[in-house]
Amino acid sequence: MNRHLLSASDLDRDDALLVLDTAAELAALTDRAVKKLPTLRGRTVVNLFYEDSTRTRISFEAAAKRLSADVINFSAKGSSVSKGESLKDTALTLEAMGADAVVIRHPASGAPDRLAHSGWIGGSVVNAGDGTHEHPTQALLDAFTMRQHLAGGKGDLAGRKVTIVGDVLHSRVARSNVLLLSTLGAHVTLVAPPTLLPVGIETWPCEFSFDLDSHLSSTDAVMMLRVQRERMNAAFFPSAREYSRRYGLDVRRMNALPEHAIVMHPGPMNRGMEIAADVADSDRSVIVEQVTNGVNVRMAVLYLLLAGAQLGESEGSDRTAEVVAP
Amino acid sequence: MVRVSAARTPDETRTVLDAGDIARALTRVAHEIVERTKGADDIVLLGIPTRGVFLADRIAECIHQIEGREIPVGSLDVTLYRDDLRRAPARALLPTSIPTGGIDDKVVVLVDDVLYSGRTIRAALDALSDIGRPRMVQLAVLVDRGHRELPIRPDYVGKNIPTAKTEKVLVHLVEFDGDDAVRLSGQPLEES
Repeated sequence: MNRHLLSASDLDRDDALLVLDTAAELAALTDRAVKKLPTLRGRTVVNLFYEDSTRTRISFEAAAKRLSADVINFSAKGSSVSKGESLKDTALTLEAMGADAVVIRHPASGAPDRLAHSGWIGGSVVNAGDGTHEHPTQALLDAFTMRQHLAGGKGDLAGRKVTIVGDVLHSRVARSNVLLLSTLGAHVTLVAPPTLLPVGIETWPCEFSFDLDSHLSSTDAVMMLRVQRERMNAAFFPSAREYSRRYGLDVRRMNALPEHAIVMHPGPMNRGMEIAADVADSDRSVIVEQVTNGVNVRMAVLYLLLAGAQLGESEGSDRTAEVVAP
Repeated sequence: MVRVSAARTPDETRTVLDAGDIARALTRVAHEIVERTKGADDIVLLGIPTRGVFLADRIAECIHQIEGREIPVGSLDVTLYRDDLRRAPARALLPTSIPTGGIDDKVVVLVDDVLYSGRTIRAALDALSDIGRPRMVQLAVLVDRGHRELPIRPDYVGKNIPTAKTEKVLVHLVEFDGDDAVRLSGQPLEES
């Protein structure tokens, strides 16, 4: 594992499987009398959120607390950021307070990368969503959920067919999922209106299509993306009703899926827009499960990034050298 | 007098227990467990991965032959409770499985291959207290090699093997390594 988790492409197949296997072991611990583990005692995790979020922030907070880390929540609203403080000055403040890891969500693509490689902070940086770029822990929890349902909870996703539908253009979830799922051997097809596919889509390790109905019968997992109205500054489709009729997942389309196929959504949902309420609440839907898995996957990420010796920390290697030397 | 061990080179290994020795040691440990717990009525064997789990399975099979009852066996991974996590890159977690009866008010016998510093057992005791409250906790090991760093002692020992800290104890089990043997490698006691 690298010191940071900035992109789903930071993970090779072995790293990705290590995270998923670790999450599976951690999930098995959640039915115990005492859920808290002492592993990250004395470590500080800062949740640095420049953008609104419910489940990701709570999920990271729950994950860090179950590993006994101290958690500091920082949201841009109500902080010095609203007085004009820069990312650099905020980062230097966090470093001065001794943050071992910074979990950052930022509206600007690349902000976590800047934070990790600027030298402003010494700890690990975890990307919790940056602009329209990436959201690697969401991809990990999606892959974990697919593995539970489609691969018996073990190994990779070789040969599984995943269809991701909707606003790919503005979706960091789609990009991270395409990268991670292709690393794990799944075949990904993106389905969206031409206006909602990004430029250069043909270079992504996946296929794309403008027609949803023709892909349903051969899909193992279908992931609906939220139509991100807050990022839409132009008319990408004529009307919500037309979008919903062509790309929304209604009961008729759900029934066209194979028997074993699962329905996913990263949340928050626009019920009636990209997904019908009856589909979201059906027994094919694993949307609530995705949230549960999110905590376990984020625990795994924090454990793997923070519990071991940091790169450059020499305590461990020095001791090994002493023992090995004749 | 010829000191055989002194003639070894540091990377040479010597076998201290063969397959028969291991089988006899585990049979004796099983008998001792039955005797000390007065019939092994409410015991749970918890092996510490990786090799402790296989040893726990074998001891349970021995007790089954002696007492004619199935003994609950589980595994207990202590990685998340270790005090030396920050000295090495993060380790992969190994499976923990607690038998369906749980451990509350049971006699838990922890099973591990080698007892050395005692730090693994300390971590296991911490892990146990997060899972439940056993009536008693005991410790069975295949090899006790000494050099304790904590006030921890085993209740059942397959074989005491005095070692130098520079030596390594290598336990091989059929289930995981393909053969049954305990070997010593590295600088022997006399030269340390």
